[in-house]
Amino acid sequence: MAIELKMPALSPTMEEGTLAKWLVKEGDTVAAGDVLAEIETDKATMEFESIDEGTVGKILVEEGAEEVKVGTVIAILAGEGEDVSAVSAPAAAEEAAPPAQAPAPEATQNAAAPAAKERADDPEIPAGTNMVKLTLREALRDGMAEEMRRDERVFVMGEEVAEYQGAYKVTQGLLDEFGPKRVIDTPITEYGFAGIGTGAAMGGLRPIVEFMTFNFAMQAIDHIINSAAKTNYMSGGQMRCPIVFRGPNGAASRVGAQHSQNYGPWYASVPGLIVIAPYDAQDAKGLLKAAIRTEDPVVFLENELIYGTSFEVAQLDDHVLPIGKARIMREGSDVTIVSYSIAVGIALEAADELAGQGIDAEVLDLRTLRPLDREAVLTSLAKTNRVVIAEEGWPTCSIASEVIAICMEEGFDHLDAPVLRVCNEDVPLPYAANLEKLALIDKERVVAACRKVCYAD
Amino acid sequence: MAKASKTSTTKGKAAPARAKAKPAVSNEDPNFALRSLQDALDKKKRYTASEEQLLHFYKQMLLIRRFEEKAGQLYGLGLIGGFCHLYIGQEAVAIGLQSALDSDVDSVITGYRDHGHMLAYGIDPNVIMAELTGRAAGISQGKGGSMHMFSTEHKFYGGHGIVGAQVSLGGGLAFAHQYNEDGGLCLAYFGDGAANQGQVYETMNMAALWKLPIVFVVENNQYAMGTAVSRSSAETEFYRRGTAFRIPGMKVNGMDVLEVRQAAEIAFKYVREGNGPVLMECNTYRYRGHSMSDPAKYRTREEVQGQREKNDPIERLKKELGSAGYDEDKLKEIDKGIRATVADAADFAESSPEPEPGELYTDVLVEEY
Ligand SMILES: Cc1ncc(C[n+]2csc(CCOP(=O)(O)OP(=O)(O)O)c2C)c(N)n1
Ligand SMILES: [Mg+2]
Repeated sequence: MAIELKMPALSPTMEEGTLAKWLVKEGDTVAAGDVLAEIETDKATMEFESIDEGTVGKILVEEGAEEVKVGTVIAILAGEGEDVSAVSAPAAAEEAAPPAQAPAPEATQNAAAPAAKERADDPEIPAGTNMVKLTLREALRDGMAEEMRRDERVFVMGEEVAEYQGAYKVTQGLLDEFGPKRVIDTPITEYGFAGIGTGAAMGGLRPIVEFMTFNFAMQAIDHIINSAAKTNYMSGGQMRCPIVFRGPNGAASRVGAQHSQNYGPWYASVPGLIVIAPYDAQDAKGLLKAAIRTEDPVVFLENELIYGTSFEVAQLDDHVLPIGKARIMREGSDVTIVSYSIAVGIALEAADELAGQGIDAEVLDLRTLRPLDREAVLTSLAKTNRVVIAEEGWPTCSIASEVIAICMEEGFDHLDAPVLRVCNEDVPLPYAANLEKLALIDKERVVAACRKVCYAD
Repeated sequence: MAKASKTSTTKGKAAPARAKAKPAVSNEDPNFALRSLQDALDKKKRYTASEEQLLHFYKQMLLIRRFEEKAGQLYGLGLIGGFCHLYIGQEAVAIGLQSALDSDVDSVITGYRDHGHMLAYGIDPNVIMAELTGRAAGISQGKGGSMHMFSTEHKFYGGHGIVGAQVSLGGGLAFAHQYNEDGGLCLAYFGDGAANQGQVYETMNMAALWKLPIVFVVENNQYAMGTAVSRSSAETEFYRRGTAFRIPGMKVNGMDVLEVRQAAEIAFKYVREGNGPVLMECNTYRYRGHSMSDPAKYRTREEVQGQREKNDPIERLKKELGSAGYDEDKLKEIDKGIRATVADAADFAESSPEPEPGELYTDVLVEEY
């Protein structure tokens, strides 16, 4: 029986890829395990191995082809004893990926929204600055590299950060530039290396401790909270701990309950910690540089699903952003959507859709979760009189809860409607594609909440 | 930090010259005192299996192999999402050990690379595959996925995603066996990478202190994601790592199902007699990437091919069966049957429905408040 070889999905987030190179040609016989082709994914170049044995009948997608959708038939393999020449191409070579595929992150779907309103200018960027496109992943790496060049005391340690170039490729190239003294692979011992990092900070160094994801920082949370956050206070200000704990946080794609949670609210509840959770590449870079420089311990929460997203980044020498300042991402007058991290993208999409419905939403990116920019929340509230919080995380005891408390305590007189929160469902994240989609915050729910506080329905 | 040699496989570190000339574990090894079980294994390395047993092992290992290959294909098609860790190459470990269990009382726990351990129980491949595709018919009703599968019916306690966590949980299962005096033991599997987690040693200490009925099994497949053993471990001879707690160790060729089975016989007997834990290192090799999204640049193709060609556990058993009179045709028939089973499982997993939306909210808590 002829076997159709389809463009494989080689990572949880891959939807299409480049067929970089065929390593076999028509008529070649292959065995299980032979490499058929090299495929470039969103993260890396991968080898596509044969699972079956047979003869390469027909190659349907030429090498060099870009944006080949997962599931497209790329070649036909003739089985044992089969006549290669009889193997013909299937009618439709361009086969769409099966419907059960992981839902695409909302951010990548282009909703049929009215033309997006210009994003608000970042007040930190001088007018006329040259902008370049950078992925979030590259911006984070550049931020670290710049600080490592500037300050010999800065080093990076974590699982797979050096030779593997980072599990999510955020530390790509750092080992080459800075060498193994400053870019250090650790064993899988989070509690141990978080403690070593914390101790090294106490000893005068400037560690960046990468957690492969923040789910694994739970192994180490004692050092983050009991050791890093509290020593300055307990020592009457003698013993500082300038360390950055960073890594991806929040739900990824289909990785299930133990690998999908947002620790923003956990860390943001701890006095003695700085907690940063940026959305775009520019903020990520400027805030990571600030995090490395500050004398205080920082928990820096990134998001895997947007590592590969490109953003405009200002070409500025040494652009360091202030910690503790929110940013208006989109100006509006009818309702304020307060958000952070990946949910900012969802809030912006919701705002675009609301614009088409005659509702002018302002989007505020908190950027820092602790200390939280109360001022910015209250100023925007005073302007729009309505607040919705969009948060990719559980609703109970969340950042949303905190923002609601701020609005109640200090903004009550400005409120024209109860503050609403749009979060994930209050359940551990399920694996099944349909349930996962139902569990996670989406644009529709943010739009609905905004309409509700505007009494639009 | 020196770069690890790319070709080193079974030994991470350059071994002392002395060890090269002799078997890796010798009776004269002065550094390792707790070797009574190793001595027993050295006396008789391989289990004497009946023809029927040999055939059974073969079928089970081949089922795991074919199941995993199919899972890899379904992942490539987007039918399986997230992380999916294949067990290809390591089949002899689960089969050798689990075939020696008393399935009425003994418990098993492992990490996220768990499909093979489930199949080793004879659990219906359909419900495992349907879990991988996230369908209602899956063994965790589609809520767990590849890394989180469980079967309390078989006393298989999962399926855990946090590296090392299953080891202390295994200690707890053993504690329950002891507490209930049910005569059972717990088999707790973990990787060479997991072997560096602190909780592993906290558990070993308590298990030895309280003589818990547990067999710690390090599935040393030479790598933790992209990190070769020698780059993460100061002591790469994992079977020695219980020495500080006076836990006897065993070093086992995990590519030979009969050696694994023999080691299981010895270890289980020791534990069942109330002597406390055993630490068993099974040396094995994973042929595929760490998960489906691993570009695997940390080892050479030749290294992987070398293992496949020279050390494959299924090929080894095939030879064994050949000498027992099974000709190529008979074995091909078996393979055909298994391929059909796996194809059926894939069809089932692809065609069965997703969970009902209401399932999102069930099973969070047991009781209502
Ligand atoms: C606490 C924790 N840290 C990190 C990870 C990410 N991770 C998953 S598997 C893995 C490698 C584990 O290697 P090993 O223990 O050798 O098992 P193998 O995958 O080889 O079976 C890592 C680092 C995790 N799941 N949990
Ligand atoms: Mg391993």
